Amino acid sequence: MADQSEWLVEMRGIHMEGRSDETWTPIIKGVDLTLKRGEVLGLIGESGAGKSTLGLAAMGFTRDGVRISQGSVTFDGIDLISASAETKRQLLGKRIAYVAQSAAASFNPAHRLIDQHAEAPVQHGVKRRSEAEADAVDLYRKLRLPNPDEIGFRYPHQVSGGQLQRAMTAMAMACRPDLIIFDEPTTALDVTTQIEVLAAIREIVAEFDTAAIYITHDLAVVAQMADRIKVLLKGDEVEEAETRQMLSNPQQDYTKSLWAVREFQRPQKPAPAVDATPVVSVQGVTAAYGKIDVLHDVSFDIHQGRTVAVVGESGSGKSTTARCITGLLPPRKGQIELDGAALPLDYRNRSKEQLRQVQMIYQMADTALNPRQTIGEIIGRPVEFYMGLRGGARRKRVEDLLEQIELPASQYIDRLPSELSGGQKQRIGIARALAAEPKFIICDEVTSALDQLVAEGILRLLARLQDELKLSYMFITHDLATVKSIADEVVVMKDGVVVELGPKTEMFTPPHHAYTDLLLSSVPDMDPDWLTRLLAERGIENIGDAAVGKMH
Amino acid sequence: MASVLKIILQRLALGLLTLLVVSMVIFGAVNLLPGDFAQAILGQGATQEAVEAIRDEIGLNDPFFKRYFDWLGALATGDLGVSYAQMMFATGMGGTTELIPITTQIAPRFYNTMFLAGLTALIAVPVSLLIGVLAALYRGSVFDRVANIFTLSSISSPEFFLAYILILFLAVQGQMLPSLAAVEVGMPLGARIYNSLLPALTLTLVVTAHMMRMTRAAIINLLASPYIEMARLKGVRPMRVIVKHALPNALAPIINVIALNLAYLITGVVVVEVVFTYPGIGNLFVDAVQNRDIPVVQVCCLIFAAAYILLNLTADILSIVTNPRLRHPK
Repeated sequence: MADQSEWLVEMRGIHMEGRSDETWTPIIKGVDLTLKRGEVLGLIGESGAGKSTLGLAAMGFTRDGVRISQGSVTFDGIDLISASAETKRQLLGKRIAYVAQSAAASFNPAHRLIDQHAEAPVQHGVKRRSEAEADAVDLYRKLRLPNPDEIGFRYPHQVSGGQLQRAMTAMAMACRPDLIIFDEPTTALDVTTQIEVLAAIREIVAEFDTAAIYITHDLAVVAQMADRIKVLLKGDEVEEAETRQMLSNPQQDYTKSLWAVREFQRPQKPAPAVDATPVVSVQGVTAAYGKIDVLHDVSFDIHQGRTVAVVGESGSGKSTTARCITGLLPPRKGQIELDGAALPLDYRNRSKEQLRQVQMIYQMADTALNPRQTIGEIIGRPVEFYMGLRGGARRKRVEDLLEQIELPASQYIDRLPSELSGGQKQRIGIARALAAEPKFIICDEVTSALDQLVAEGILRLLARLQDELKLSYMFITHDLATVKSIADEVVVMKDGVVVELGPKTEMFTPPHHAYTDLLLSSVPDMDPDWLTRLLAERGIENIGDAAVGKMH
Repeated sequence: MASVLKIILQRLALGLLTLLVVSMVIFGAVNLLPGDFAQAILGQGATQEAVEAIRDEIGLNDPFFKRYFDWLGALATGDLGVSYAQMMFATGMGGTTELIPITTQIAPRFYNTMFLAGLTALIAVPVSLLIGVLAALYRGSVFDRVANIFTLSSISSPEFFLAYILILFLAVQGQMLPSLAAVEVGMPLGARIYNSLLPALTLTLVVTAHMMRMTRAAIINLLASPYIEMARLKGVRPMRVIVKHALPNALAPIINVIALNLAYLITGVVVVEVVFTYPGIGNLFVDAVQNRDIPVVQVCCLIFAAAYILLNLTADILSIVTNPRLRHPK
């Protein structure tokens, strides 16, 4: 047991509750958390595990409708539970700072970056306005933001997401705090942007010897950042250990299962026959929003019973390609073939039979299901529309479909979407697509919004359905781990152009196209030395977006 | 900024179009009114010949569309016409007196109405914003509840009732302010303000509730947003969080409600003007309707319509200008 004064943050027996409908339900059920000066603690768990709630509690802060019901929080000898609002306010921003998940939402749209940066130091009387501004430019330079002298004078909407995330880290550093809480700072970013932000955060935290609590659900990320890792599950601590020990030798079953998620791999299928007719063939498609072309001459084939993963960063044209195939966005040039026959470009001109063959599953199951309809109605609608079944036959079919997606029909058929978990909702989305008995399904980032364990369940289900029903998938994703586990062929897109295309095994074996190489190299490994090694190999200027910039 | 200018010009053109449509509606509606000026001025015992003679003289027997386009044409050249009452008065004097056009008749009234509206706005807008901000800051507190109850009961009471209550306390018992709002041309500003203060206070009570509640609601709506949480986590003072971080982003809905209420101050003040015998447009309007003095009614309606259109236009433009995304494009 360390000496009391050694702890910068000491949380003991923390119980927290959240209010729903006038009753208080526990969120955190007795967690201890301690942090030394200059130490980085990784806090990981699935969504709903209470990571952010606990992280904020370390600042003595609770969101509306949340309270600390038991336990103590001490920061550098100051009891934050009994401290007055004014005492806590004096600490926040000055000695304890916060970096939020979405920098785009957490910067005030009405003020320039540098005004927001200078606010804390000026308000707390740490620096004068001019000093704070000069320091901001200094920090921007340290974090390798482009045009450090000028970027602070822009409004948040004029700056990209990755840059905002670094500007927010700079803002947290403004008063040189003793502790920073990083709340999923890279979750919303593309891999190439993430790696830059990670490198920047790690460097600056080390330079100023700042203690940090790094909250994330991504194990590989936390492995790069943290000295110690604490695993949370539904408000309980599962285990805590030094990073290396945790990675090499996890003790608890839950932790082991988290580690194992990335093991799921489908074997590569043998190549399709040379003369086989593809189920879907995208041929020379160029499409535009308004007058600006966003897809340029995109071509690829999808064969029966196979999965083509389309990967690329946000804005690379993955979803636009899907919109062209479904006919929602008629291409300007090129054509889409289904079983060797050209499809009308506009979905309005397609026959019901043609529409039936192409179905979609969406990223946000939450918003893709009508909240006012029961599961039976949601799945029954395409059953009736495409297959013409009514009454008892329709109900029978819906029940079969629910069995197929591993949800007992008797329990779920009359529920509303709001009564299901995220993973279950996504299964309903799959059942709805299956109801049309299609040949081809477009899966648009279907696992991105889910926790790793749940996502794996969905991937396994999709794989099983593919084998049973000879389905073809176009799998849109930005997550290369997902690609590795389920794809047969891979299409890499960048700026609306296909940059590389081929079987999975080829894609993951060098030599790659330069961009594919960059994407692959930007995905963090579960190895604590990965980032250090990558930086040593390539140099700070040759990773992430900086390297993408050099490709033009 | 060029895009903002384009939007302004577009809205102005649309406003003119709206005004044209309104002019048709007004002209049509006024013509649907039962009875006309001739009947109204001659009374029930009038002979058919006398009524016809007056109708001929003031052009009431012309076809509907001819009258409309004559009126519209005159309007376009800035000629608002002459009130029927003026015409009859002039004929009665043997045609020797000069005709006073409506423009001259309305101008001082218009000025008085704008003065009262302006004075009320100067009091009501800052007060409502301040109460709204404080209510948002101390939401759920005694102050918040008292402010809500007070403004809601004042907006729920009839205007004349509020007016008499104020007269009772401030004029009769308090003897601080005059109960008759007598203003004249050429009065010094101070005396003018003093004389108009009671009607202005009455109107303030009427319009404060909307603006204050919208300010409060718009700010509270934003308090859950991540950038407000961020400001709190930077240790910014609660008052500063609201004024500096929430208010600038809440301006658009607030501005719109303010514009609606200012329009009300110009168009809806009839009752208050009558209670205080304030010589504004509302008073003139009521007289004109009673006398079926159609030219005056039409011009008043047009002024009201124009006030609504202009204020809403201003609100739209201000909402755009307060949005940093539009002021500072990428």
